Amino acid sequence: MEISPLIIFLAAIFTSNILLTNFLGMCSYLSVSRQIESSFGLGLAVFFVLTLTTAINYVVYHYLLIPFDLVYLRYIIFIVVIAAFVQLTEMVIERISPVLYYTLGIFLPLITVNCAILGVSLFMVIRDYNFLQSVLFGAGSGLGWLLAILALAGIRERIRYKFVPVGLQGAGMSLIVTGIMALAFIGFSGIVVIQ
Amino acid sequence: MVAIVTTVAVLSGLTGFLALLLILAESVVANYGECTIEINKKKKLEVIGGSSLLSLLDEHGIYLASACGGRGSCGYCKCTVLDGGGPVLPTEKPFLSIEEQEADVRLACQIKVKNDIFIKIPEEIFNIQQYKATVQKIIDLTYDIKELHLKLFEPPEINFKAGQYVQLQTPAYEKSRQPVSRAYSISSSPEHNDHIELIIRRVPDGICTTYVFDYLREGDSIEFTGPFGDFYIRETEADMIFVAGGSGKAPIKAMVELLHSQNSRRRMAYLFGARTKKDLYYTELFDEFQKKMQNFTFVPILSNPEEDSEWKGKTGFIPAYLNDYIKDPEKTEAYLCGSPGMIAAVEKKLLELNIPKDKIYYDSFA
Repeated sequence: MEISPLIIFLAAIFTSNILLTNFLGMCSYLSVSRQIESSFGLGLAVFFVLTLTTAINYVVYHYLLIPFDLVYLRYIIFIVVIAAFVQLTEMVIERISPVLYYTLGIFLPLITVNCAILGVSLFMVIRDYNFLQSVLFGAGSGLGWLLAILALAGIRERIRYKFVPVGLQGAGMSLIVTGIMALAFIGFSGIVVIQ
Repeated sequence: MVAIVTTVAVLSGLTGFLALLLILAESVVANYGECTIEINKKKKLEVIGGSSLLSLLDEHGIYLASACGGRGSCGYCKCTVLDGGGPVLPTEKPFLSIEEQEADVRLACQIKVKNDIFIKIPEEIFNIQQYKATVQKIIDLTYDIKELHLKLFEPPEINFKAGQYVQLQTPAYEKSRQPVSRAYSISSSPEHNDHIELIIRRVPDGICTTYVFDYLREGDSIEFTGPFGDFYIRETEADMIFVAGGSGKAPIKAMVELLHSQNSRRRMAYLFGARTKKDLYYTELFDEFQKKMQNFTFVPILSNPEEDSEWKGKTGFIPAYLNDYIKDPEKTEAYLCGSPGMIAAVEKKLLELNIPKDKIYYDSFA
């Protein structure tokens, strides 16, 4: 089925948000959403890594794995590509913005195991997207992830000064907030079908 | 067979290519080339960028104080960075007051040298060196406090002020896989500059104290850096109140010993707080000082004297007795050494007794 890449891009941001409908990439989403500033930084890093690794993985998959009949190795290969790329991103960020580097701390190298990133590469394979579709799907998912973490960070910054029952403080409240946001986002599903 | 070979070839080819890419990136992106560290506008160091300022200074024999070894948890390695240090990092903020941030004070262990950098450090730091010493004697002062005599051999002499401290380096051993350094005050007088003495109280499970108590033997060699600290006698004619608790006697002993040999006529009182009689040490030594020095009073105070110990001295806590030894608060300096809790309590009382805040000097250890 040929879906317009632009529709995939928009759908990945809103109607099929990788975080709020697939619940992928939760760990850093919950841990780095305390401040808008740092979650914006992490969101940008995820967007950047997601867009480019999807493109690279597309090339690797279609021009290396399929010709050599090694499709069953895609999990390992995708992860290796993502890991190398994150390492590269880390070096660049450390060089150009030490503040962001130290703010993101351990979560920057942990983008490697951010399941959203592997997830997008695998969806791209399962849904049989072409190159342009894949790249825009990656970019859209990255922006969607950024949108979700920014929304949560904004809400958490406000919640900090509100009364929250002791048992729900921290991750508990964040998960409830995420659930409600997910309900809102799932309301869009079905408007566009992208798979 | 062919499948195995192609699989291995493709997999290793791809990972090899990525590794190569990373190595290239490392040499281009993470290569900061040669940088200059300019210190106090006169000394220049040529270094290879990419490491922390603290470790680079260390390599060039300039030792900023650091108790945590550059992990950003002690906040001792402060220095002023005039230019080239980049913005203040979130890892530094907890250790810097607003005044310090405005005065460009930074933590040297958190700054990565990536370009030419201009810093300012106190001149005394050039005096700080790495020393090698032999353990001459280890003496038990109480059941949990030992006195360590170290004879210097490289370099053979150390210049320090009475009250300053050194950082003793524990090599890697069973309890710690990495060398660890901890701060201890020098308890001997600076008049003898070929050896130093340290007073070390056992910390249960402490890496450095366990090493000193259970592993270090007479005749072993050990390394330390120093001297550090701004806890030393101010050269005035003011009266002096010394207050110490536990192993906090070390710097005070060095000070009193020095004042004794200088025949100082300043009026001094030394209040030493301990829990029980068996925590007391150096009592004869200070009684001796009291006899020989006209204006020196030694007051041991026990907070928990056992019933049968026949303790005839004072009991309770130090703050209650401070007033008895202060004649003219405006002309009195206080030197405190002990746990943060004790120092806070004594300082509060001293302020109540109108001792000016800038005349209260302390050396606090946790």
